[in-house]
Amino acid sequence: MLELRRAQAGYGRIQALREVSLEVGAGEIVTLIGANGAGKSTTLMTICGVVPAQAGEILFEGESLRGLSPDAIVARGIVQVPEGRRIFPQMSVLENLELGAYLRRDSAGIRRDLEHVMELFPILAERRHQPGGTLSGGEQQMLAISRALMARPKLLLLDEPSLGLAPLVIRQIFAIIRRINAEGTTVFLVEQNANQALRLAHRGYVLENGRVVLADTTEKLLGNEEVKSAYLGI
Amino acid sequence: MSYFLELVGSGLTRGSIYALIALGYTMVYGIIQLINFAHGEIYMLGAFIALIVAGALTIHGFSGWAILLLAGLVAAVYAAAYGYTLERIAYRPLRNAPRLSPLISAIGMSLFLQNYVMLAQTPDFLPFPALIPEFAFMEPVAHIIGSAEVLILATSAVLMIALTVLIKYSRIGKAMRATQQDMAMARLVGIDVDRVISFTFVVGSVLAAIGGVLVGSYLGQINFTIGFMAGIKAFTAAVLGGIGNIPGAVLGGLVLGLTEALAAGYVSSAYEDVFAFGVLVLILILRPSGLLGRAVREKV
Repeated sequence: MLELRRAQAGYGRIQALREVSLEVGAGEIVTLIGANGAGKSTTLMTICGVVPAQAGEILFEGESLRGLSPDAIVARGIVQVPEGRRIFPQMSVLENLELGAYLRRDSAGIRRDLEHVMELFPILAERRHQPGGTLSGGEQQMLAISRALMARPKLLLLDEPSLGLAPLVIRQIFAIIRRINAEGTTVFLVEQNANQALRLAHRGYVLENGRVVLADTTEKLLGNEEVKSAYLGI
Repeated sequence: MSYFLELVGSGLTRGSIYALIALGYTMVYGIIQLINFAHGEIYMLGAFIALIVAGALTIHGFSGWAILLLAGLVAAVYAAAYGYTLERIAYRPLRNAPRLSPLISAIGMSLFLQNYVMLAQTPDFLPFPALIPEFAFMEPVAHIIGSAEVLILATSAVLMIALTVLIKYSRIGKAMRATQQDMAMARLVGIDVDRVISFTFVVGSVLAAIGGVLVGSYLGQINFTIGFMAGIKAFTAAVLGGIGNIPGAVLGGLVLGLTEALAAGYVSSAYEDVFAFGVLVLILILRPSGLLGRAVREKV
């Protein structure tokens, strides 16, 4: 579904991605793990067209995404939940959700999806008229994921959804990600919390200094000695 | 008492014009943190275009309301085109440049537009026809407030309400608010941010141009420098109310207009600017983020 071939990207003269090749198949949950500054977020921003790729190829359903604007990429069905959730703070929960469906014109479908996400996260229904900025971190993460779902993504990109959340909330969020995937959305998950991510995903990649250094099924990665010592703290 | 009311009437009239222009400053600032110093020139251009159109229509035998409406409409369309073009050529190429660069570019565009009108039209003051007719029903209160003032107040009020509704409920309005609150995230939900910015310039320019048409007709004369002072005053109004804040721009405009009119009426018209900017200084000392502005927390 998504394929990066030796993608390179960076900011000015700083090259954040030196060589990233990876693949996400339809229906999968794939995770990308790595340390702070390894280039995980840049990988997602490059896929979304926010950071332009300098070299290599980015293919989605066989077509190149390079040079497309971020809104054109959203229109193709790739939607990101960025690091730090980035809720529109002064807009209500409902408005945040409506903005998720910004490019859609089917108001009946939008209404159905609103109901669907409020069923996934009942707290959002309760707080629908509250400004997004007043929600707790966990609630904001639920809102951020729901906002992305409102776009009906084919591929959902998640950047550190566990960041700064209590363990109980993390478990809840990960259970929902599993459910979203089961309902047919492909998921590409970037995490520092390697342990959780590898337990959730089918396959994983390890990113170090802007390069993919390991690629395997999550079972094998969980058993890999290097991964254990570097990312799992065992 | 009737003198006081008269001053209040003219103060609110002035103030609502400042507010119309201030909205353009504050909307643009809210979205791209740029003080568009060429915004006053759009107001001036609006007045000039209306004057030209009014002249042509008068020759062709149009009268009263028809001239006012058509001149206002053409001025608004032209100003929209100017505002759009301004953003495209002077600001968009500098979107990722240091903040000082677009500011200098804005001052350059302001000087350019002023001199362009001076050369293309005239450096002298031009008489502007009184396009706003006298309302018969205004007769009993005509010694306190004129028909032109009432029309200006009403038009401004309608435009501001329309703008508020647009921003609160329309799709593009929501996109504007989203872009203002988090531009990067707005891109990620699929908003074409460049289009939103263009739209913001167009809306601000239309409001300013309508302000220009109304003021031209109200004061009876225009020249190429009227945008400069009006721009400074409207910018003051925007800061007074809290830059980036839309109700703040309206409130700031009205406070400024009232201050000026009362100072001119009770002290001396020579001191009205002193009072206007004095109020600004005072409010910035007491409430640094403006009357309705909220303190900005820097994102890290």
